[in-house]
Order: sequence, then C-alpha cells, then structure tokens
Amino acid sequence: MAMPPPALEFSNVTLIFDDVVALDNVSFRVYPGDSLVVLGVAGSGKSVMLKLSLGLLRPDAGEIYLFGEQITSIGEQELFAIRRRVGMVFQESALFDSLTVAENVGYPLVNQPGGPPPDEVLEECVREALRFVELEPAIDKLPSELSGGMRRRVAIARAIVSQPPLVLYDSPTAGLDPITAHTIMTLVLKERDTANVASVLVTHRLQNGHLLANFRYDPASAEVMPAGQNGGRSQTRFLVLQKGRVVFDGDQQELSRQQGSYVGKFAMKPR
Amino acid sequence: MLPSEFKAEVARGGNGLYSLEFELKRMVLAVQEFMVMSGRAIANIFRRPHYWSDVLAQMDIIGVGSFPIVALTGFFSGAVLALQMYDTLATFGATAKTGTMVSASLVLQMGPVLTALMVAGRNSAGIASELGSMTVTEQIDAMRALGTDPLKKLVTPRLLATVVVLPLLTIIADLVGVCGGFVISYFVMRLSATQYWTSTYRDLALEDVAHGLTKPFAFAFAVALVGCYYGLRTRGGTQGVGRSTTQAVVAASILILALNLLITKIFVRT
Repeated sequence: MAMPPPALEFSNVTLIFDDVVALDNVSFRVYPGDSLVVLGVAGSGKSVMLKLSLGLLRPDAGEIYLFGEQITSIGEQELFAIRRRVGMVFQESALFDSLTVAENVGYPLVNQPGGPPPDEVLEECVREALRFVELEPAIDKLPSELSGGMRRRVAIARAIVSQPPLVLYDSPTAGLDPITAHTIMTLVLKERDTANVASVLVTHRLQNGHLLANFRYDPASAEVMPAGQNGGRSQTRFLVLQKGRVVFDGDQQELSRQQGSYVGKFAMKPR
Repeated sequence: MLPSEFKAEVARGGNGLYSLEFELKRMVLAVQEFMVMSGRAIANIFRRPHYWSDVLAQMDIIGVGSFPIVALTGFFSGAVLALQMYDTLATFGATAKTGTMVSASLVLQMGPVLTALMVAGRNSAGIASELGSMTVTEQIDAMRALGTDPLKKLVTPRLLATVVVLPLLTIIADLVGVCGGFVISYFVMRLSATQYWTSTYRDLALEDVAHGLTKPFAFAFAVALVGCYYGLRTRGGTQGVGRSTTQAVVAASILILALNLLITKIFVRT
C-alpha cells in the first residue's frame, strides 16, 4: 500500500532575519498520526518553525509541504484554505480577548468561506470541543476571567474544533505549574490518540516529549497509560534545535544515548 | 524591519548622508506597504466572504460613538464663525450676509475638516490601539492561522463603516454648526431669524454641497486606513501600541489637511 504524503514536511528550509539565521537548512517529515517533539533553548528557532509551517512566515530558501501541497510559493489567499486544515495552539494562547470562550472556540467554524453552520450545530460543536478540554462550564466567560492553564485549554479546544488532521503546539506548558502542565499534555495525548492527528510539539521540557513517546490515552478508562499496553503506539521523533540548526533528529532511545553538551542536557532522564 | 547595515550605521553614530538615504528608503517602503494594504482592503469589498455584522458594529462605534463630539464641534465652530464674521461684515455694513458666510465656511471647509480631525483623533487612535494590541498578543497571527484574512475581517469593515458614516457625521456637523451660528446671530447679535436662514439657504449652491461632501469620502480613507496600517505594523509590546496610536493620529491628521488642500484646489477654479 502506498504511503500517505507527510502531513508536514520541511525540505532544506532556511530563514534569515537581517543578519541573524533563524533556521538553517532544516529538514524533517511528520506523517499522519505521528508526533514530532521539537526541543531547544529559547531563541533556537522553535516557534519560528511553527510559523513557517503555517505560512505565517516565508522561508528564504527551501520548501515546505502541508499534506503534500507546497506552500512556500503560493499566495496568501490560497494559504487560508490550507491553514483551515491545521490547528495551532500559540504559546500565549492568542485568544481573541473581546470574544467569549464560546465565540473563540466557534471562531474557525463561524468564519469559514461557506458561512457559519446552523446555530444548534455550532453550539453542539463548541460544547463538544469544550467538553474535550473539560471546560464546558466556562463557555460564557471572557478570556480575561480565566487562569493561564484554562486559557491554554480553550486554545486547544479552538485548535481542534474543526477536527484538523495536524495540530501544532507552541510550548503549551510554558509557565504552568506541573499539575496543570500534565493536564495540558494529557489533552495533547488525548487528541493524538482519539482523533489520530499528527502533532508537532515545541517545548523545552523533555518530560513532555517523554509522555508523547511512551504513553497513550486510553478512551475506555479515560486515563493515560504506558504505550506498551494494548498496542496503539504512534511514532514519536525528536528534533533538537540549536541556533536554528538541527543538531539531533531521532527517536527517544537515540536521544537518551546522546552525550554531547547541548543535546545531552535535553537527553537527561526526567525525574 | 530595518536593513542590518542601517542598524549598524546608527549604532556607531552614523554618517549623516548614509543614514538619510536609509531613512528615505524606509519612508518609501512604508508608503508602498500602505498602498498595498489599502489596495487589498478596497479589493476585498468586492470579494467574499463579507463580514456585514462587523461593518454594522464599526458603524455603531465610529458613527454613533462620534456623534456627541462631532455635534459639539459643529455647534461651537458655527457659533464662533458667526461671532467673527459679524464683526468683520459690520465694517462693510453687510451683517445680513452672516448666515451665508457661516454656512459657506462650514459646508466647504470647517465642517468636513474638523469632523474628520475629530473622528481621526477618536477612531484612528482607537483602531490603531485595538489592532496594535491584537498584533502584539499574536491575535492577528491566530486569525491568519485559523484561515481568516485579517484585512478582510478587520480592515475592510472599518473602511466601509468610515466611508458610510463620515459623510453623515459631516452633514450633522454642518447642520448643528449652522444652528450654532443662528444662536449667536439671533440671541447675541440680534439679527433677524428670517434674514439669517434665508441667506444661509439661498446662497449655498449645489456645487458647494458637492464640494463639501466629496471631502469626507476622501478623508474616510485616511481615517480608517492609516489607523489600520499603524495598528497592523505595531512592534514592541504595550510601548509599541502607544507609539502606533500616536503615529496614527498624527499621520491621519496631516493626510486629512493635505487632501483638503488638494480637493479644494480641484474644486476652486483660479
């Protein structure tokens, strides 16, 4: 059987801001249902990589493909249609602060080219997405009335409400306490394993990558459990960036064997 | 974003001529970006999807919200014009022409210009700060990521709303201004009411009204697009939002005055 095209592919992508190289000859592929964990210190080019993935920035060299379609040389209007098939969770949530939680989550459905769905369908979709992140009671609140962790959960609900086959997470646990961070990561696992979406997770915490690589969400028990039990393990790869360059690309076993000073720091086992 | 050589040049104190060259290039680039954004926003009027509810909401914010300041501006302008004109016209024994002078000055110049300046101060600033805040908190990026064109969703509705409401606000300012002139003429200068209103109505030609109503259409583009442009190019957090807001009001006001001169020159045959 022919392999499906990668959900996301970078081919020798380079991006330069003035005289600063943000990304240098970066290549990788993420297949449907798989996960890519991007590690790196602040300023290593992780968030820029996600913005390039959506065509929010254009590379100076190289090519980017979304679902097999080259997005580096197409116009902004054509890009809008492709972006609707990708969910994005921004680092600071980027919720529309003048809209309620329901309006934020329903935004991708209301603002589609074919017009909004009927009110009852829209409400059910929004409630379902909010139930997924366990925030249905907050449906009428404004983002300013929510805690940081709740805002991230609303951002996840907004990213998945249109059921995209690829979701990009930009440091979804940054600045959160360990318990809330674990809740967020459970949602990332839940989305990956229940809807079989491809996930790209930008983070500087190896624990998050460890969870994605070794655990799965079990819908029957609604719990996270080791991936070895009852099968259902998706492929998780790790990419380590340093000053815009890929200094490691491999799976968790390969990462744990790394002794280099930079990659080795990320490879230290989580306690 | 400034070219790296320019930044390096500025950092070391700079050769004046070299810096001037880059400063001029930056200004040309800003004009180019503004023209591209304006062209797209205007073209979006004819492209689907249309966000009519956003247009109505903006008409309410810009139009209804600006009504009190525009009405007050019109009233005081008309009143002060009557006061000033009466004094001057008395020298020639032509105080009966006070209404004519007030209405002509208001309809042709002061009404459109002062209304646009007041709306620019209120709404160009409001638009720049709103869009600026959205830019620095990644809401504009989120909008693009969710498959919505920010120019279609944010800029075009503000442009359409301003183009519709600014001429209406100008008509209101003109009417209230003429009433302000009447209050001074009748109650302070003791002119006859019939004399004031007859001269106001009779001497105002249709061409003057067309002249006076062409201006707010042109000014509407300056008010809306300058605010949107500075908002969308905001960089540097809350300080950047403040800077964009100030720049938007200054640029919109200058553009309104320059457009006023241009349109007046077209209408006034010398």
